[in-house]
Amino acid sequence: MNMAFARLRRLLASATGISLDADKLYLAESRLVPIMRANGVVDLAELVRQIEKREDEKLLQAVIDAMTTNETFFFRDRTPFEQFRRDILPELMAKRQDKRRISIWCAACSTGQEPYSLAMLLDEESSKLKEWTVDILATDLSETALDAARRGIYSQFEVQRGLSTSRLLRHFEQHGDNWQVSERLRSRILFRHLNLLSNIGKIGPFDIVFCRNVLLYFDPAIKRDVLSRLSKVIAGDGYLILGAAETAGDANQHFIAASSDFSWRLQRRQPSLQLVAAGA
Amino acid sequence: MKQVLVVDDSAVIRKVARRILEGLNFHTLEAEDGKKALVACEKAMPDVILLDWNMPEMNGFEFLCELRKMPHGAEPKVVFCTTENEVGYISRAMGAGADEYIMKPFDQQIVRSKFEEIGFL
Repeated sequence: MNMAFARLRRLLASATGISLDADKLYLAESRLVPIMRANGVVDLAELVRQIEKREDEKLLQAVIDAMTTNETFFFRDRTPFEQFRRDILPELMAKRQDKRRISIWCAACSTGQEPYSLAMLLDEESSKLKEWTVDILATDLSETALDAARRGIYSQFEVQRGLSTSRLLRHFEQHGDNWQVSERLRSRILFRHLNLLSNIGKIGPFDIVFCRNVLLYFDPAIKRDVLSRLSKVIAGDGYLILGAAETAGDANQHFIAASSDFSWRLQRRQPSLQLVAAGA
Repeated sequence: MKQVLVVDDSAVIRKVARRILEGLNFHTLEAEDGKKALVACEKAMPDVILLDWNMPEMNGFEFLCELRKMPHGAEPKVVFCTTENEVGYISRAMGAGADEYIMKPFDQQIVRSKFEEIGFL
């Protein structure tokens, strides 16, 4: 294998946990060429050398931004959002009558479509949520994606993928060819930069964590580690919602499946193991 | 197999739409303006109408208003598919009884997404 590419894979794995397949050299080169050009770097070997020397932290962040997949759209996979509105939200509201507060964390929010989809649902349920506080924390590894998420401006193509026209009219304002999420929804979400490999114990606890289409990029050991960390910031009766192609798999000492639907995985922490996890 | 009537004065757009819809397992019929589309609907009401706005003879908005007055004219789902992309047009169409709105240019993903919204996928 190309030596520079092998070093790049190690760098990415240690900085982000992302396990880049050994046959993805073409992908790395195609995504990193613009960064190399912008920084006057002649080839991949030189780029990796500069990152390893830590001469410029921004260079590593730019590489992370370029190599992290930000493919997403509004109400992606539909079912988790329907499940959230139909089952999870009413259940949590019944259990949180005393505090009247629900905390949601979108742990890999990318360019914002997921937290905004949730904010739309909550807005549409507002008559039931009077005198309730619903916090949405949205985090991502990529600063570039987060900047886009904060702006909440989407192209005509993006607002037509997963979003109904009635929601477009209700929740967006048109600016030329683009559409911006209304200020009312943008102000509901707190966007923060966060690496899932860092210490996440300072945030939470959350009633629901959306961590969809993230674990599939991690190798098994890192996936177990991330799931273990997540288990410590989710309330004992809370939910973790994963992507359609993901399971908690061999980390099931922390989570069990809460549904058998094939298109998504909703996993719920075992209350009996809550103390074990908390004390670990 | 569900039937989609594609109403557009551009033969190229009708061809592109037909290919996408047939790929999604719909049977397609075509009309090149609102008047011809009304005749087609009188013969047999389709399940969905993919509707351009600007056309000769009768435009898409006029067609929609006439369709909704017809016997069984409330039944087909109407998805506008047009270059009229300003919010005023979209609101007007939805207010007149359109079910969804596609802003051109479009691709297979957008058509799929909108047909999911109207419950046909």
